[in-house]
Amino acid sequence: MASITLTVNGSPYSADVDPATPLLYVLQDDLRLNGPKFGCGLAQCGACTVLLDGVPIRSCVTPMSKADGHSVTTIEGLGSVDNPHPIQTAFITEQAVHCGFCISGPMLYGKAFIDKQPNATEAEITQALKGLLCRCYAHTRMIKALVRYAGESA
Amino acid sequence: MNTAITVASRRGFLKSAGALMVGFSLAGGTRRLLAQNPIDPTGLVDATQVDSWISIAADESITAYSGKIEFGQGFSTVQTQLIAEELSVPLSRIKLIFGDTGFTPDQGVTSGSQSTVTEFRPGGLRQALDTARDALFELASQELDAPASQLTVRNGVFSVKGGDPSNQVSYGQLLQGKRFNLTLSNSTVPKDPKDYTVLGTSVPRIDLPPKVTGQFQYVQHVRLTGMLHGKVVRPPAVGAKVVSVDRSSVAGLPGKIQVVVKNDFVGVVADTEWNAIQAAKALTVTWSGGDALPDQNTLYTWMQQQSSADSFTVNSGDTDQTLMRAARSVTAQYLYPFQMHGALASSCAVADVQGGTGSSATAKIWSATQGVYPQRDSVALTLGIPKANVRVIFVEGSGCYGLNGNDSVSFDAALLSQAVGQPVRVQYSRKDEMTSGESFGPARVANLSAGVNDGGQLIAWIFEGWSLEKGNRPDAETPGNIISGALAGFPTPPLVPSAATPPTTFSNNGNAAASYLTGGVPGNPPRGTGTIASEKVLNHTIASPFFTGPLRSPDRLQNTFANESFMDEVAAAVAADPVQYRLRHLNDPRLSAVLNAAANAASWETRPSPKPGNPKTGIVTGRGVSCVLYEGNNGYSAMVAEVSVDQSTGTITVTRLVASQDSGPVSNPDGLRNQMEGGALQGLSRALREEVDWSAASSTITSLDWRTYPVLEFGDPLPAIVTVVLNPLDVPALGAGECTITTVAAAVGNAVFDATGVRLRQAPFTPARVLAAMRRGAFGQDRPFKR
Repeated sequence: MASITLTVNGSPYSADVDPATPLLYVLQDDLRLNGPKFGCGLAQCGACTVLLDGVPIRSCVTPMSKADGHSVTTIEGLGSVDNPHPIQTAFITEQAVHCGFCISGPMLYGKAFIDKQPNATEAEITQALKGLLCRCYAHTRMIKALVRYAGESA
Repeated sequence: MNTAITVASRRGFLKSAGALMVGFSLAGGTRRLLAQNPIDPTGLVDATQVDSWISIAADESITAYSGKIEFGQGFSTVQTQLIAEELSVPLSRIKLIFGDTGFTPDQGVTSGSQSTVTEFRPGGLRQALDTARDALFELASQELDAPASQLTVRNGVFSVKGGDPSNQVSYGQLLQGKRFNLTLSNSTVPKDPKDYTVLGTSVPRIDLPPKVTGQFQYVQHVRLTGMLHGKVVRPPAVGAKVVSVDRSSVAGLPGKIQVVVKNDFVGVVADTEWNAIQAAKALTVTWSGGDALPDQNTLYTWMQQQSSADSFTVNSGDTDQTLMRAARSVTAQYLYPFQMHGALASSCAVADVQGGTGSSATAKIWSATQGVYPQRDSVALTLGIPKANVRVIFVEGSGCYGLNGNDSVSFDAALLSQAVGQPVRVQYSRKDEMTSGESFGPARVANLSAGVNDGGQLIAWIFEGWSLEKGNRPDAETPGNIISGALAGFPTPPLVPSAATPPTTFSNNGNAAASYLTGGVPGNPPRGTGTIASEKVLNHTIASPFFTGPLRSPDRLQNTFANESFMDEVAAAVAADPVQYRLRHLNDPRLSAVLNAAANAASWETRPSPKPGNPKTGIVTGRGVSCVLYEGNNGYSAMVAEVSVDQSTGTITVTRLVASQDSGPVSNPDGLRNQMEGGALQGLSRALREEVDWSAASSTITSLDWRTYPVLEFGDPLPAIVTVVLNPLDVPALGAGECTITTVAAAVGNAVFDATGVRLRQAPFTPARVLAAMRRGAFGQDRPFKR
């Protein structure tokens, strides 16, 4: 066990946990966050994506020891139903979801990429999502939503 | 017990809606006050009663109860539109409750593109709404002292046409919080689709804002006080049995580990998920060897050698003779692999079983099952608890596309909770889900023969298909239909071989009969969509080595791949344009219309395939088409695929998919297009990538994650997708969720033939298979092989 301190969506959090525990379990079970989700546990699908100091990572394979001292942002940290982030509004505008289970991956990889490159092309945005899965195959609309967000950010 | 998810009781809903005090009846035209009938605690919701479907509170809020659930296809939005439409109320006033035994009507399983059909037809939600609406009109007529025909209603408020606008009365005022106490009426008239103002419009999905902001609670997020975490320990080989379990192997581990064994069901329970994972890894179990599995390389030959349960879809009895006098005959064999649902979420469920087993024990299960009532009955038998004491509450999981691991994991959670006497959450690992959680979509062999006359017209068609089956959806008698029930000791009903008997009615539910057949059965009018009267469709089902179950467009997709590819082969054999040749053999104007719609939208160039002038090397392009009346009666669709094929690598790039659909009056046009787009890409993933692999040597399934079960991913080239929606208003609404996916594989294969002159007869169309087909040439039959 080890004492680990991190910031989650702007709030400090500290816990005494097995440092090998994947970050996802702490976010989901201890902090009761619903944004990052367990899809595969193997960093193969992206449903568990969070931003670690602004960089998208797979929380299902990131041990707590690596998150120690860092800042975590989940999609809850972007906005809310009453006050959604522009990227969340873009997903709603494009109705870019079927079941929504995968949403953390495309939204956070897309956001991190577009925030750095607001003039990114659709092809570049698509490549930024490489390795993510959506098994309902809402791909076309998700990319449209990200292109919309990029257009509004540029 | 506290639950983070608010699952109020129906009584609570009704109380808070203020509608549980007294009832009234319209019998005799007077309001007769009746004692309130409490909702039956045994969960027998009487679906013939309006109050089982709809409650209107004094504050005008409306609560509706439905057996048809949401799993990401937008049907909760459509149901809300239906309620708003039939009752003339704003969408925001409606709360929809679905999938909760004892609180929502038993509408079986949400599957098979049947949700719209079920809710819009008599006995469904719409009839309940219309009965309620008519009763409200009657009450308003008395209250406003005007004939019902002179009343108009808007936003749930009645007024008299041309009368004093201040002379109004609302639903809430009329009902005063009372129940309807009415039986669903057979004389109600639903709103004419031509008058729709809410249905038929693209109402945004009501569930998206919480989903995109991370506030939506999936079944993975059911968190109960005192909840423990369980993990299953599955047999390493298919069919292996427990020899011994060494509980001491986990004795020193943290997390208050408990080991649960029931026959071949093995699991561990711990205080946290992480501790449970470590314990499941550490637990030493000695297993017997696994089942003998067929060699994957010779699966399709093996399938044709097994004893089978046989059935005819149609058999005119004269096909052999007709083929003998045909000017030309064509034969081909099509092969389709085992595929997975491969839901994005590894399945998860939470169960709270109290009191062990027997008549005083109780169980509550939070599950993403497609059928809360069948699961309730099945779990009751598994646990030995009366079904009246079992409540199954649907909570959405990820998109499931059929019988994935959602039922299995619910059994697992229930078995573990029963053993430890506390609530248990089970989250499968990816390997659990893929190798011993879900039930696969079965493989298929289809042998086709056809004869054409001198004019190139088809005169005979023979289809002989082989599929596999082990288990299915679990129900009150068959927990062993899925792996968890079987491991816990419940038998999986064996497949019983039987001979085919002549069909007495024509049902094309599995789409084994191609669209070009008349579907003639003695004593019945032809019910097929085509013109070929000399027709035989024979289906064989054999025992599967793996658990199988419905996977989006079950059998329909496999059969349509075979039938629509073969139709293309025949068209090419007589040098006919693939669209025109199909039209020549269709007699259903709606299927012809949907085919023409796709062709027109794709600017289809009328000519035979293959495309003239394409070189035999380098990258070539082509187009292909397919069409189907889904399930023979449940949605018309067609697809044009445009591809480029790199003949040096065998790589297919699909550049455009043009999908058309006629499912009758469209409830939500944008929602339908969204489903068509998803179906197109999911169909593409299944056509190009997906195949379950296994090792006969080790009796193990070797597709156990996304590396070993490759699918279409983000970053892969995406086709442009064009959707064409026909919207006839004078016909019943049909299913829509599975039409598009059904047509993809054939359209893509046909486009590859157009581009290369090479026919693909085995899915998925991996580069290795494309190269092998090119080596084999245009006319030979594939030698099946593992990808």
